[in-house]
Amino acid sequence: MSTDLLNALALFALAILVGFEVISKVPATLHTPLMSGANSIHGIVLVGAMLIAAEADNPLSYLLAFVAMTFGAMNVVGGYVVTDRMLQMFRKKAPAKPVAAESTEGQA
Amino acid sequence: MSQAWIYTVVYFAWLIGAACFVLGLHLMNSPATGRNGNRLSASGMVLAVGGTFVWLLLQPGGMSGISLAIIVVGFLLGGGAGLYTARTVKMTAMPQLVSLFNAVGGGAAALVAIDDFIKLATGDVAADLSTTIFVVLGVLFGSVTFTGSLIAGGKLQGLIPGKPIVVPGGQIVTIAVAAVALIGTVILVLGAAGVFALSSGLTLVMLALIVAAGLVFGVTMVLPIGGADMPVVISLLNALTGTAAAMAGFVIGNPVLIIAGALVGASGTILTNLMATAMNRSVLNILAGGFGTGDSTAGSAVAGAGGSVREISADDAAIQLAYAQSVIIVPGYGLAVAQAQHQVRELAELLEAKGVDVKYAIHPVAGRMPGHMNVLLAEANVPYPQLKEMDEINPDFERCDVALVVGANDVTNPAARNPGSPVSGMPILDVDHAKSIIVIKRSMGRGYAGIDNELYTNPKTGMLFADAKEGLQALTAAVKAV
Repeated sequence: MSTDLLNALALFALAILVGFEVISKVPATLHTPLMSGANSIHGIVLVGAMLIAAEADNPLSYLLAFVAMTFGAMNVVGGYVVTDRMLQMFRKKAPAKPVAAESTEGQA
Repeated sequence: MSQAWIYTVVYFAWLIGAACFVLGLHLMNSPATGRNGNRLSASGMVLAVGGTFVWLLLQPGGMSGISLAIIVVGFLLGGGAGLYTARTVKMTAMPQLVSLFNAVGGGAAALVAIDDFIKLATGDVAADLSTTIFVVLGVLFGSVTFTGSLIAGGKLQGLIPGKPIVVPGGQIVTIAVAAVALIGTVILVLGAAGVFALSSGLTLVMLALIVAAGLVFGVTMVLPIGGADMPVVISLLNALTGTAAAMAGFVIGNPVLIIAGALVGASGTILTNLMATAMNRSVLNILAGGFGTGDSTAGSAVAGAGGSVREISADDAAIQLAYAQSVIIVPGYGLAVAQAQHQVRELAELLEAKGVDVKYAIHPVAGRMPGHMNVLLAEANVPYPQLKEMDEINPDFERCDVALVVGANDVTNPAARNPGSPVSGMPILDVDHAKSIIVIKRSMGRGYAGIDNELYTNPKTGMLFADAKEGLQALTAAVKAV
């Protein structure tokens, strides 16, 4: 095995251990946002899509790279925005009651 | 020389990005720091993606115009679609959106691996053994998670029936596609190891077979699993996508893909386990149920055997509520399905205006996903301090005058305290300790566990048979009239 591969395997193993440790005593309330947050992180595959797009030189490659770019970008952008929307809900509200008129959506 | 210098800078951008992911994920363990955690993680993503883009632009000779167009247009198109759906989606539909994002992420990982493998197979240098293994794993995981997540999202959205779908011979198809994937993998790996020579054409056919097998497997794996288990399945597929991204990282030799992918793979696995535990299920149990062994699909809506049921009208219920000192609302899956979170908030505000102390008891798995109910109620502007976690609220039921159960079933079943029931050992809300109980429910139908709920035959309980939304509206109108 090449040194590069061995280094990559070491990275992989250490990152797995970090992943096991980083989530521990998370309250059930946060399971859904946390899953969504992790979901955005694997959108990093967008970097991979950019790298193959840069090297693409035939129609098939163009197509694969384009679809991969679109999918990856959707995963990243949508994932972070929807996670932010969820987490935004956990702000502690001011003691004064929020005005009911504030909620315009979803009433229909 | 200058090239090496730029690569060093980009490499650091990747490493810092990866560090942001780890710290961001850690901050998301607590509600207070969660939002900052997500923002930190997003900054890491901007750094990693932006750094890569600049690096590609500065390559000697630069990128071809087509490559640049693919990157820019693809990003704008996908990013725009993601931004639009993420901002406009109703909070009740959010779980299936997460599933959709997971599907496209898995698809992207598979495509990156496929593209690289085609290059190797048709190029001068044959793919070596390790690359072949990573490609095959990346392609398999990516395809399974692509179709699997689409099916899971479709079930939550109601496009596909949520009940377990068991097709005769479905198991055989599952086993057959698994065998195809395995044989294809073995042939490719042996070919790469030099045991026998594979023509590039045959290599590509094998790869196509593996992709097809993965896609079919994703469908046959998720279809037979019931809708209530979808959150756990999505979380599992999420971890699988992470692993697929890491495999793609090995294939193209990129550190940030490996780190971020492994991070999501591992943390996603832990999260899947936490979710399954909170629902008193094991991951294996859920998946095995999917292969047609566990779940009984008979959800017959029959009244339970022992005890009689007392039905109550909206007017009677309203009088109880209006003259109570303290009311605890127990929202459940039925409330989420009926999208009645705004109605419940309206009723609660009305009661508070009458001087009633109102709290919400949130079971860890209330709603369609763990934590989903908190999000739904928060969206309806229910003040966060009114939402009480199970352990905090359970002692309060003794002192509460009326417990109003809206569309929750198994999580309130006292049978969980006794051994020998399918829900035994599941943590429940002590609703039966309340002085009186009102249950809004469409019928006497059983919950996910498929057993009768003793709570409904309790003499203290009045059943208000209605859809969660209509029931709450009727109650609100009746309370106003009191």
